[in-house]
Amino acid sequence: MLARFLIEQYGGADGELAAALRYMNQRYTIPDKVIGLLNDIAMEEFSHLEMIATMIYKLTKDATPEQMKAAGLGDHYANHDHALFYHNASGVPWTASYIQAKGDPIADLYEDIAAEEKARATYQWIIDMSDDPDLNDGLRFLREREVIHSLRFREAVEILKEDQGKKKIF
Amino acid sequence: MHSQFKYWRPYVSPYDPCKPIRVKSYSTPPHLYMNFQPPGLPQFQSPKQALMHGTLWPQLYSPYPDPNKGVEKP
Repeated sequence: MLARFLIEQYGGADGELAAALRYMNQRYTIPDKVIGLLNDIAMEEFSHLEMIATMIYKLTKDATPEQMKAAGLGDHYANHDHALFYHNASGVPWTASYIQAKGDPIADLYEDIAAEEKARATYQWIIDMSDDPDLNDGLRFLREREVIHSLRFREAVEILKEDQGKKKIF
Repeated sequence: MHSQFKYWRPYVSPYDPCKPIRVKSYSTPPHLYMNFQPPGLPQFQSPKQALMHGTLWPQLYSPYPDPNKGVEKP
């Protein structure tokens, strides 16, 4: 059952795939000062995608078709057997319309901040429903990463709105 | 230090047929109060500790679920 909810973070609108692809793509048109940040966070999101994939895979790999059905994964099994697929918790396939690249650095960064907060909230609701303490350790870790990423994007906004050429003394 | 959770009491009709949730809460992680991370924040003692918290800095750690969930805090 938990696997079914976790797939929201795999192929959902605020999932790790959407996050990684969003940043990896916006990175090309963002000012040089913060390209590295978007690049690094995109890479981290890809590794989170791998963590989520492993969680889902390990929860379902040995399930019989009956167990899949009982866990509410009957529709998934009919289409994908035990394979993972990029869709959300209700089976809607991932689409690029979940993400945006506006070309305006402030618009893009504010979208990224919103995406991190939404992903944080999604982790909260999954943790609320989960009864697996070991898996929750991983989910709490991933939730905390969203908090840190949000702060980093906020810092990127601060860097970009800073008056250019102004001397800054730390 | 700011509180990590905020609590509020939604309006509840005296004729509410369902058992209402009287106190609602939401998470307000520490990054909301920090536009730019100040340099030299104290770090966790060990890498293991940092890994378990998901961050290097105790001041940026946001617990979940709410350790005081269901406890009334007006």
